[in-house]
Amino acid sequence: MATAERPPAEQPATAVQVRDLKIDLVSSGNDIVDAIAMEVRAGEVLGLVGESGSGKTTVGMALMGYCRPGGKVTGGEILIDGRPLAAMAAGELRRLRGGTVSYIPQDPGTALNPALRIAVQLSEMLEAHKGQTSAEDQKARIRETLEEVALPNDDEFLRRYPHQLSGGQQQRVAIAMAFACRPHVIVCDEPTTGLDVTTQARVLETVRDLCHSHRVAAVYVSHDLAVVAELADTVAVMYAGRIVERGPRDAIFATPRHPYTRKLLRAVPDMAGKRAVVGIGGHAPLPGNRPTGCFFAPRCDLAIDRCREAFPLPTEFEGGHLVHCYRAEEAPSELPTGGETQAPAQAGDVVLSVEHLNGHYGSAHVLHDIDLEVRRNECVAVVGESGSGKTTLARCISGLHANYTGDVKLGGDRLAESARKRSSQARKQIQYVFQNPYASLNPRRTVGQTIARQLQLFGGGRRDTGKRVAECLERVALSAAAVNRYPDQLSGGERQRVAIARALAAEPSLLICDEVTSALDVSVQAAIVELLRDLRAETGLSMLFITHNLALIRTIADRVLVMTQGTIVESGATVSVFETPSAEYTTKLLANTPTVEAALNR
Amino acid sequence: MSRFLIRRILLGLLTLLLVSVVVFAATQALPGNAARAILGRDATPARLQALTEQLHLNRSVFSQYFSWLGGVLHGDFGNSAATQAPVSHLISSRILNTAFLVLVSAIIAIPLSIGLGVLMAVRRDKPTDHIISITTLALAALPEFVIGIGLVLLFATNVWHVLPAVSIIPPGEHAWNVPKVVVLPAATLIIAVTPYISRIMRASMVEVLESDYVTMARLKGLPNRTVIWRHAVPNAIVPAIQVSALQLAYMAGGVVLVEVVFNFPGIGSALVDAVGNRDIPEVQALAIIIAAVYVVVNLIADVLTILVTPRLRTAAAR
Amino acid sequence: MSTPAITIEDPIEPGGVGQEVMRQRQWKVLLSATMHQWRSRIGLVIFVAMVFVALAGPLFAPHSPTQFVTAPNSPPSSEALFGGDNLGRDVWSRFLYGGRSVLGMSVAATIIGVTLGLAVGLTAAYMSGVTDEVLMRISDVFMAFPQIVLALLLLTAFPSSVILIVLIVGLSHAPRVARVIRGAAQQVVERDFVKAAEAVGEPRRRIIFGELLPNVTSPLTVEFGLRLTYSVGLIAAINFLGVGLQPPKADWGLMINENRLAVTVQPWGVLLPVIALALLTIGSNLLTDGFARAAIGIDRGGE
Repeated sequence: MATAERPPAEQPATAVQVRDLKIDLVSSGNDIVDAIAMEVRAGEVLGLVGESGSGKTTVGMALMGYCRPGGKVTGGEILIDGRPLAAMAAGELRRLRGGTVSYIPQDPGTALNPALRIAVQLSEMLEAHKGQTSAEDQKARIRETLEEVALPNDDEFLRRYPHQLSGGQQQRVAIAMAFACRPHVIVCDEPTTGLDVTTQARVLETVRDLCHSHRVAAVYVSHDLAVVAELADTVAVMYAGRIVERGPRDAIFATPRHPYTRKLLRAVPDMAGKRAVVGIGGHAPLPGNRPTGCFFAPRCDLAIDRCREAFPLPTEFEGGHLVHCYRAEEAPSELPTGGETQAPAQAGDVVLSVEHLNGHYGSAHVLHDIDLEVRRNECVAVVGESGSGKTTLARCISGLHANYTGDVKLGGDRLAESARKRSSQARKQIQYVFQNPYASLNPRRTVGQTIARQLQLFGGGRRDTGKRVAECLERVALSAAAVNRYPDQLSGGERQRVAIARALAAEPSLLICDEVTSALDVSVQAAIVELLRDLRAETGLSMLFITHNLALIRTIADRVLVMTQGTIVESGATVSVFETPSAEYTTKLLANTPTVEAALNR
Repeated sequence: MSRFLIRRILLGLLTLLLVSVVVFAATQALPGNAARAILGRDATPARLQALTEQLHLNRSVFSQYFSWLGGVLHGDFGNSAATQAPVSHLISSRILNTAFLVLVSAIIAIPLSIGLGVLMAVRRDKPTDHIISITTLALAALPEFVIGIGLVLLFATNVWHVLPAVSIIPPGEHAWNVPKVVVLPAATLIIAVTPYISRIMRASMVEVLESDYVTMARLKGLPNRTVIWRHAVPNAIVPAIQVSALQLAYMAGGVVLVEVVFNFPGIGSALVDAVGNRDIPEVQALAIIIAAVYVVVNLIADVLTILVTPRLRTAAAR
Repeated sequence: MSTPAITIEDPIEPGGVGQEVMRQRQWKVLLSATMHQWRSRIGLVIFVAMVFVALAGPLFAPHSPTQFVTAPNSPPSSEALFGGDNLGRDVWSRFLYGGRSVLGMSVAATIIGVTLGLAVGLTAAYMSGVTDEVLMRISDVFMAFPQIVLALLLLTAFPSSVILIVLIVGLSHAPRVARVIRGAAQQVVERDFVKAAEAVGEPRRRIIFGELLPNVTSPLTVEFGLRLTYSVGLIAAINFLGVGLQPPKADWGLMINENRLAVTVQPWGVLLPVIALALLTIGSNLLTDGFARAAIGIDRGGE
């Protein structure tokens, strides 16, 4: 039965209905998600929020009748347009995907087939779902879909391969593919991850407009609360495979009632600078490790004995606001959502100065005339989108990228370009923490061995290495038991703590943090930011903080440098740059960065 | 595209040049050695002297090399030490026989392997996959002369007597005139080479089937056949091309053993005979030809890989 | 009961949850994952059995390998368990003596080839640039010859000896191993922990042996297994072609050639060494493949 377009009046009001959905891991029988219940109406957007391991992507894919290999639906039901997925035969299910329920992938770079032209990847959607149309009609329809997403629709563009498009263009092709057959439901799987802020804003706009004009029910899966606040009508918050809170957007963001939601909102950086981030220590339990009772209890400040006995059933508040917590009533008063901001630190002498730095990649000139200064006890942030050159700058300063001219001075002394040629003192004073926690530790060495080696290099000769390793770990709030663990036994946040401990073991005067939280969940990111803040307060350490996350800077940096295309376009105290930006680029960046507060005020 | 091609060809020529140096150095660079090696037990001082002069072994190594190289580039490989006839005469018809054998084997082996690889990947972890997988694993381990002898025992001498154990081709005729003699040698080569290509194809296909874009194709609701043949195979086949080329080149070596087992009159058995006779000019000629085949096949494989991978194709075109 | 492989350990972070942690060292986990597969177990049994036959064979031989005990190509009799070979020597005794040369030379050649290839591959991957280009060009030149052809080439002018054969076969393995190791090491060089080591000024040698080498042990082990399988085939082939060990030595490859002509009347002279070589190589390949699959599973689990 072909999925013909139905006139809007005939579409059932509730496009998606999920009741008590349970999905298990085939190998161990542990459940990935359980007791999932939600509803989405035509033309509405449901934001499905959660951190990694929450199961949100699993739920999103289940709406298409798809489970990743290793998973299986073992309970509950999913109804699309009133029809249960479980009752569909294989052929019907196949026609459902792309025809009735469409999917927008997280990473279009890997989701588009590198060996096929754009035209083919678009037209096969039409072939599979609306078979009878002629080649002419198909071509016309494809041009229409490209126009809808503001992409060129001439033949030259159609003949391109995915790698010949930018990230934003690739994502828009994916969106065009998703809307091509006029589906009733769209599942968006974090589609703006990895896109620049400006591109992200445009993509979100496109999705929102298309959903409204075609009366499509959308499920927007994301970990980015700010984006969800902008886009969603209703929100469901997931933790460790369960929905813990569900309701209209305003209710969730203005009066969250579940302790996890409240803490999560506190972990989101505030661009207005009125509150500091507060992290949630620890990490969410994986399938098979989930405790009896409420899964959040180990990390919850409000937990009582009752919380550890059985998972809470939903309590309903006005306006369709459901909360799975025994203490939902008291939560708002017990846990304030505000937090204190820190007073800006007193900066001391200049620790690092960079003068007239021009960096090159082969023959390409990528950094133009960079000047910057970092003083003792100061945190200087360098912000820019991808390709701005900020990471190259950090690499030049630390000696990892030697292809530059200009001066990098540590305390007045000029340093050699390559780290290998610098003195041991210089290498000790500047320490580097990398972005990817999965790649920055040698997988064949234990945590203890990695830190001990660092101590040996920079503080060598002392006997009590074991004790000193334990001290280093303590400083980053890791217990001594971590000493014998291998990196693949640690979570992302734990690995990043080890990386910071390794850097601190050298007792540096400058710590360069290169996007150290970009690969981490919001709550873990906040915990790491808190850690860095405390370390600075204790030791007077200077920091050079590289990031693309504007809101994060407000919470951690004293001064900001804004970079684009290898040049610094603005620099100054954080407060003044954010409130009275002078460069046009900075204004654009600030305008395009979504925040929860701004979304609520709309 | 053409600029890349020229660079690649020049690189190949450089490799061939260095190969020629190795071939020459391995056999002739030590003059006393070469003459002594050729004469073997007949090496009296007088004969050594005579042979040394005849082969110009008393000139400097460099001038010997360049005169040899010059000859090679003109198709003159010198005279065979054993028969005194020009080497090029001796090997011309043999080259054709070997080429025929290798071509027949390749034409059957490559599509067969790719098909098997796709089959194993699509039926992953099911009985079909396990059976084919274990069989290819076992066959991949066997040295090709063991496979050859095994086939001889099975089909020619001890179990059945349906095919010839020895490839007898009347003088003046070539392998394609007597197709029966090609069957077992080709089968040996095919069995020797198919396991590798099919296993690489399987591994590559499995990886591709787990990729994001194949998952996306399924989520688009495309029929399974489209997913496999339009989305998966074109991506999975690239490593298989590389391996096929390597195996083709490997056949140039494997053919040596196969030809000896079956007494097939090709350049492989000629090489072994020449080594046995210490016939240095012939050894040099055959070694260089086989190496040249390898370099050319690799070049073709590299070019094919680029043509088949859009990302590399557009990069090369710039 | 011994300590279980996986236990729930206390959390190491405040607010953390107890995590499943593997107690044993990583290589033990690899070993058990390999042996878990039936193909590895079968491979191990076959391989060990053939190694035993090759090494301990001579202890069980009823006759010396060069003694004439019966008529040439005679069928099995009381004197000769599997009959006589082309010169009338005992096939069974020659078979039992014939494995040592193949096995010993193969192992030696493999060790030489893998060690050399490892050094070249790691250096090329880490140093990159000109060093990499030069090393790879040289490798390409030696790879332009199929291994058997290179062996034949070098055995033309130089008198054959055990050491020469071992060196030649080892040398022919090296560039191929180097390519594989270089490919694996290049992926490790990209990773941040190598950059971290550079940033703190670790000396080059220390980075190559301390950071790179431990992270390529899986492909290295797989290559060793593969090269061993090929070495057996190559050395047996060299002896088979008559350019390696010479009569009257007892060697499986040589035996196959010697007894080929009479195979219709006396198959055992060919059959025994053929079966032995087949089993040795199949066993080694099964074992290597089991290990390779286990390593892929475990390396992937790390991410």
